[in-house]
Amino acid sequence: MSHREPSELAREAGAKLREVLAAGPLNPKDRMAIPAQEMPVQDHVDRRGNMNEVALGYTPEQARLEAMRCLQCRNKPCVAGCPVAIDIPAFLKAVADGDPRAAIDIIRRNSLLPAVCGRVCPQESQCQEPCTVGKALKNVDKAVSIGRIERFAADMEAAAGTPDVPEVKPETGRRVAVIGSGPASITVAADVRREGHAVTVFEAFHKPGGVLLYGIPEFRLPKSIVEREIAALKAMGVVIRTNFVVGRTRKLSDLVSKDGFDAVFVGTGAGLPKFMGIPGENLVGVFSANEFLTRSNLMRAFDRARADTPICNCRKVAVLGGGNVAMDAARTAVRLGADEVHLVYRRTEAEMPARIEEVGHAKEEGVVFHTLVNAKRFLGDSYGCVRHMECLRYELGEPDNSGRRRPVEIPGSEFMMDLDTVIVAIGNESNPLIRQTTPGLGFNKWGNIVADDDGRTSLPNVFAGGDIVLGAATVILAMGQGRKAAQAINSMLAAAPKT
Amino acid sequence: MENSNTVLFRKELAPDVYQIRVHAPLIASERRPGQFVIVQVDSDFGERVPLTIADADPAEGSITLVVQAVGKTTHRLADIPVGEGIANLLGPLGTPTHIERFGRVVCVGGGIGVAPLHPIAKAMKEAGNHVTTIIGARNQSLLIFVEEMSRISDEVIICTDDGSAGRKALVTHPLKELCETAPKPDCVVAIGPPVMMKFCAETTRPYGVHTIVSLNTIMVDGTGMCGGCRVTVGNETKFVCVDGPEFDGHKVDFDNMMQRLGAYRKHEASAHEQCHLDMEASRLEERRRADGK
Ligand SMILES: Cc1cc2nc3c(=O)[nH]c(=O)nc-3n(C[C@H](O)[C@H](O)[C@H](O)COP(=O)(O)OP(=O)(O)OC[C@H]3O[C@@H](n4cnc5c(N)ncnc54)[C@H](O)[C@@H]3O)c2cc1C
Ligand code: FES
Repeated sequence: MSHREPSELAREAGAKLREVLAAGPLNPKDRMAIPAQEMPVQDHVDRRGNMNEVALGYTPEQARLEAMRCLQCRNKPCVAGCPVAIDIPAFLKAVADGDPRAAIDIIRRNSLLPAVCGRVCPQESQCQEPCTVGKALKNVDKAVSIGRIERFAADMEAAAGTPDVPEVKPETGRRVAVIGSGPASITVAADVRREGHAVTVFEAFHKPGGVLLYGIPEFRLPKSIVEREIAALKAMGVVIRTNFVVGRTRKLSDLVSKDGFDAVFVGTGAGLPKFMGIPGENLVGVFSANEFLTRSNLMRAFDRARADTPICNCRKVAVLGGGNVAMDAARTAVRLGADEVHLVYRRTEAEMPARIEEVGHAKEEGVVFHTLVNAKRFLGDSYGCVRHMECLRYELGEPDNSGRRRPVEIPGSEFMMDLDTVIVAIGNESNPLIRQTTPGLGFNKWGNIVADDDGRTSLPNVFAGGDIVLGAATVILAMGQGRKAAQAINSMLAAAPKT
Repeated sequence: MENSNTVLFRKELAPDVYQIRVHAPLIASERRPGQFVIVQVDSDFGERVPLTIADADPAEGSITLVVQAVGKTTHRLADIPVGEGIANLLGPLGTPTHIERFGRVVCVGGGIGVAPLHPIAKAMKEAGNHVTTIIGARNQSLLIFVEEMSRISDEVIICTDDGSAGRKALVTHPLKELCETAPKPDCVVAIGPPVMMKFCAETTRPYGVHTIVSLNTIMVDGTGMCGGCRVTVGNETKFVCVDGPEFDGHKVDFDNMMQRLGAYRKHEASAHEQCHLDMEASRLEERRRADGK
């Protein structure tokens, strides 16, 4: 896809909007005829050298036009596709009518983090996947860009100045501990605080935000957005204690028995990087994506001149994996000045779990994709630094229980790749710290906390949600689970008034 | 209870080696021998470095750290005056030392490794062990914690490279002698530079004496989230920050560990140099201002 200047997109949209408005009320055919609005992006050559956000966001005219493409169909398949059932047609209508403020109010009824979710949700497999417009045009890429419009509404709200601090009911004297500060925890903290309960968030890192801060890079999710959400929590009176790792600094059971918390929410995420267990994996130059991204994002190693934390001088990089984490790592390596970045994935592009937009952006930025290939072992030099990767080719076999066709190795297909850096992005598991230090808390065989639909765990007064329950999943699912757990906590505290 | 991270006391123990007592009641009450903290002196651009806890006083709510000013962060940490706080302090981290009544225990400490060894030796003594301590340093001026160690050990052997104090020998010499003399040690704990730990493990291996080492690898989070601290132990990958920091010295792949420790040596050297240049520049600046008055 050739790069189109944002100014050109804006001009076209302005003209088109005038034309559409002049034509009077729209019938479904008129709506279908409105061209799908392209997201203005930073030029792909420029952006290889900076960390700034790639997608620049719709102009008001683009947002209105795109929202007008919605047919307002009766069966609302998009709402069913949204994990938190946002009333999508209603907010699209508000934007189409030129009232993004009303749109954001509609979104906030179900989602606490529209500026984040508008940017990072895999819309093409959620709300946009069943969209009637996309179906009619026989192309999911032509579905209404719900996520972009959501982002637009959230950004307009932010641009209008500090949003009102959500109302907090009178203090109840009840105290709730929230462990972790990712999207699940942010949601719980806000929803529980609103009811007037005192909330303390405990975060192991020196800054709150979870994966939104240390994992997802600036070029996809500006850190100022995360900071804004955290500031909103603080304004509501939520106390955030960083440098506090539950299980070590204090045990979960002590929070309840000694520190007097009436309820605990565990939202510790899936932070334990998986490795492949193949020879050479501990050579110098082989990193987990978590390490690579944390160095660059949280520790700001990308800013080589100012940051004390170093990051490798990668020249020829292989990233293993096909999810968002792999794309983020590959694109970060591009921005760190790597000459070549190769993405190595065991299946085909169709099976990649990454957001389709990020796959496109990675390619535009020069990341070379090698699908149906996997690493077999790493070979180093006499200094113990990685120099080569032996790979194997794969073909797709029978579908596995996830429904995806299982990759099968082709015997004798070994080949070598020369490189100096390997980033392993094949998934994350949950950190065992809380499991090891909290007797009685039930976990499944993958190390995730067992919780019911409302986040209740095997321990009374202890709730859990997000990646620690789901395994590495998504922001919206973490947020949605946080909402339900907060409701359960609030009704539990209401049912058993303070004695 | 909240950690204020305020520096309560600060003393230079040896050239570039500082003892720092910090107000951190939460850490002081939870920590066990062998655990460590992560410190960061600047929330935005500072790096996170692991430091073993040398001592803790739950009554005062303080922990003691011994820092060798070798890099930019440790220099800045050592420079924090009494009354000021450390930006970020996280802990206690890692699995505590397994303390047991083994019988005869030999504690070997090299350089500033003696500081983290001290609480372990103390706990070993309190568990009813006969404790022999071997302390090694390049020269007399770099010896630390000799008095503290003497107080809790049945026997102390001092070695310096140049013979300026105690025996002119490497710590492995007396260690070998102890292994050869009956009754031989039941357990050895060695903490110090990686090379020292490697050779202590090599020394005890032929005698089959169980040897514990405490690894101080590169770390980022210190909570098991990045894998940057991983080492090969008995052909398995272990995360030092959660599975360690102590491991069976006979199983650790020290060569791989040392190579990984060196991964950023070039960067560290230049950051350190820049830090020295900065300090030099501010010293010159101060002098110029003083002269100008
Ligand atoms: C690089 C990357 C890219 C991603 N991209 C996308 C995307 O594009 N779209 C999408 O929807 N999802 C994406 N995800 C997944 C998404 O970020 C997660 O599903 C989501 O953040 C999970 O939220 P959470 O609240 O469960 O936990 P997290 O965000 O993981 O936060 C957990 C927090 O708990 C803290 N913690 C852990 N243990 C303790 C403890 N014992 N004591 C105190 N604190 C503790 C951690 O330090 C962390 O800050 C991505 C993930 C990564 C890693
Ligand atoms: S320091 Fe990150 S996993 Fe150990």
